[in-house]
Amino acid sequence: MEQQLANTAVDTDRYLNMDLLRFTTAGSVDDGKSTLIGRLLLDSKAIFEDQIEAIERSSKQRGTEYVDLSLLTDGLRAEREQGITIDVAYRYFATPRRKFIIADTPGHIQYTRNMVTGASTANLAIVLVDARHGVVEQTRRHAFIASLLQIKHLVLAVNKMDLVDYSEDVFQKIKDDFSEFSSRLNIADIRYIPISALKGDNVVEKTENMPWFKGATLLYTLETVNISSDHNHVDSRFPVQYVIRPQNDKFHDYRGYAGRIAGGVFKPGDEVMALPSGFTSKIQSIDTINGPLEEAFAPMSVTITLEDDIDISRGDMLVKPNNQPKTEQDIELMICWLNQKPLQPKGKYILMHTTKSCKCIVKEVRYKVNINTLHKIEDDLTLGLNEIGRISLRATEPLFFDSYNRNRATGSLILIDQFTNETVGAGMII
Amino acid sequence: MASYNLSHLKQLEAEAIYIMREVAAQFERPVLLFSGGKDSIVLTRLAEKAFWPAKMPFPLMHIDTGHNFPETIAFRDKLVEKLGVELIVGSVEESIRQGKAQDEKGPNPSRNGLQTITLLDKIEELGFDAAFGGARRDEEKARAKERFFSHRDEFGQWDPKNQRPELWNLFNGRKNMGEHFRVFPISNWTEMDVWQYIAQEGLELPPIYFSHQRRVVNRGGVLLAENPYISLLNGEEYETRTIRFRTVGDATCTGAVESDADTLEKIIQEVASARITERGGRADDRRSEAAMEDRKRQGYF
Repeated sequence: MEQQLANTAVDTDRYLNMDLLRFTTAGSVDDGKSTLIGRLLLDSKAIFEDQIEAIERSSKQRGTEYVDLSLLTDGLRAEREQGITIDVAYRYFATPRRKFIIADTPGHIQYTRNMVTGASTANLAIVLVDARHGVVEQTRRHAFIASLLQIKHLVLAVNKMDLVDYSEDVFQKIKDDFSEFSSRLNIADIRYIPISALKGDNVVEKTENMPWFKGATLLYTLETVNISSDHNHVDSRFPVQYVIRPQNDKFHDYRGYAGRIAGGVFKPGDEVMALPSGFTSKIQSIDTINGPLEEAFAPMSVTITLEDDIDISRGDMLVKPNNQPKTEQDIELMICWLNQKPLQPKGKYILMHTTKSCKCIVKEVRYKVNINTLHKIEDDLTLGLNEIGRISLRATEPLFFDSYNRNRATGSLILIDQFTNETVGAGMII
Repeated sequence: MASYNLSHLKQLEAEAIYIMREVAAQFERPVLLFSGGKDSIVLTRLAEKAFWPAKMPFPLMHIDTGHNFPETIAFRDKLVEKLGVELIVGSVEESIRQGKAQDEKGPNPSRNGLQTITLLDKIEELGFDAAFGGARRDEEKARAKERFFSHRDEFGQWDPKNQRPELWNLFNGRKNMGEHFRVFPISNWTEMDVWQYIAQEGLELPPIYFSHQRRVVNRGGVLLAENPYISLLNGEEYETRTIRFRTVGDATCTGAVESDADTLEKIIQEVASARITERGGRADDRRSEAAMEDRKRQGYF
């Protein structure tokens, strides 16, 4: 694979055409997550000699017998001192087929906050299970968060199969248990793979130890899972981010609306409506420095010009007149609380949604979710750090949104504490 | 339905452009930190794209240690002229003259750490509230935990244990007076991505990135170029080797690698088969396991 990778990298055309898969890894403390990531990075040549030497030195100093791969990602002094992972770490690797970004989320401290953060941009989640312990509370929690954050693909990697004699029965039992639980969730694509990260079974190479398993290896799954439909290419949404006015002689009257397409497809000549004004016009051009585009789709960053001069500024949205988002001030959402200071009932916060920012007030906490059992909690409505619940908000201005299930980009929002400026809540509009 | 799939580099470019526009919209007075290195050259190209046909709405700022490779400075001035943007130079020499900074003592003095003093001074003096940097998460382990929008307190310090969570495409740039943000649009790029982007866009680079003959000294496994700011230790001597630089920094601490790669294609080939990370040759990172984190906390790039 090394040689293949070198060839791909040198072949610029092929390199430039590779696509990108972002995935999260979640697991409990000792389920071998570091080992698995270490193996993916090592086998894909994303770890270098000086990095290996550095962690070997470091492991030796700490008196550990084996090379502790978590030292690769636990970069902060406090993490090394305490032997824990505090924050999401991002890791990068590539195979000849694809580029990968791993959001590696710690298994214990600030667990929910970190996993939600990592999951918010992921296409796929790997949930690790220790074959000896099966589906445990943490597994259910991981799966629930993956479902809540609408990660389209979930891989349940049943690890440490070597410690259960590569038993098909053990694997099947875990698979059945998880299927039963996940039928209550909303995840489109779930795959089950028996692996041993330590021995390398079914990670990169197909193993001979489990001939009964007919499925693909973990890496092959990551390389081939279809992600082209993960963005919404149906509902056209263009939140205006910035207005470009060159004010020079060559582009005297140029007025371009810059932004990142949040859904659907836009083409020159398309009739569009600007929200909130409701004025309509036609797209004159979609501009880039390399020349005009014939079409633009999510998640491209482009500049759109219109045939008519209408008043549009940051926070407005261009849509198609026959397919409009909801426009409302009262919003129902699931929220994950990210701050030590609990959500204040009737509290006022600053809200960011697409390119729009305004104040809002929390009207009601409807319920909290017990993320281990999925049961609703209605007798204790204090939403503290790492808790998830359903709330209703009223914004000072109407938002243009879709449900989060339909579009992550127009269905997500964050709440900001107006005094500390910290990001305190992550919301998914229902 | 047609397949609407964006290649990985196009996705990374779209992400970086989005971040840059977000900064232009959320902040009063941004600045782009320009070192003359390949990452800041890519950043400059992205800024050009993000605001075209308008000029980028912020100046470039170079923190000059006074120990630069002359080729880097010549390159910088040419690029600035081509783009028609304002260049601000913060001089470490000046900070030393004003008594705000002091050269290190010992056999391996470097002005690398002093840049932080000059940088924070300039940010305060000119009232910048956001500074773009070309740092990438794959470069170094402390950088792997860095946010796109990284908050700095009124002393310019980074608090890695208490960072704001960053979700979806929503970047919270709110701050109090006197605080600022460091913003890293190419956080998710790898070294290979940067090189391939340079090839794709046909970007020019300072000549020291390409293989050439130069007199160097081997100091603890790092090949340092002959320059007026370092002195030879007992037993050390300069020798001429065929080298190139993988990163561009202060001449006193940027190590060269032996290389015959004199074209972009050859460099890409070399990067693809490299077994050592690009910062492996940086003496400044070798000082301790958490050298980068410690400098970053103080307000380093």
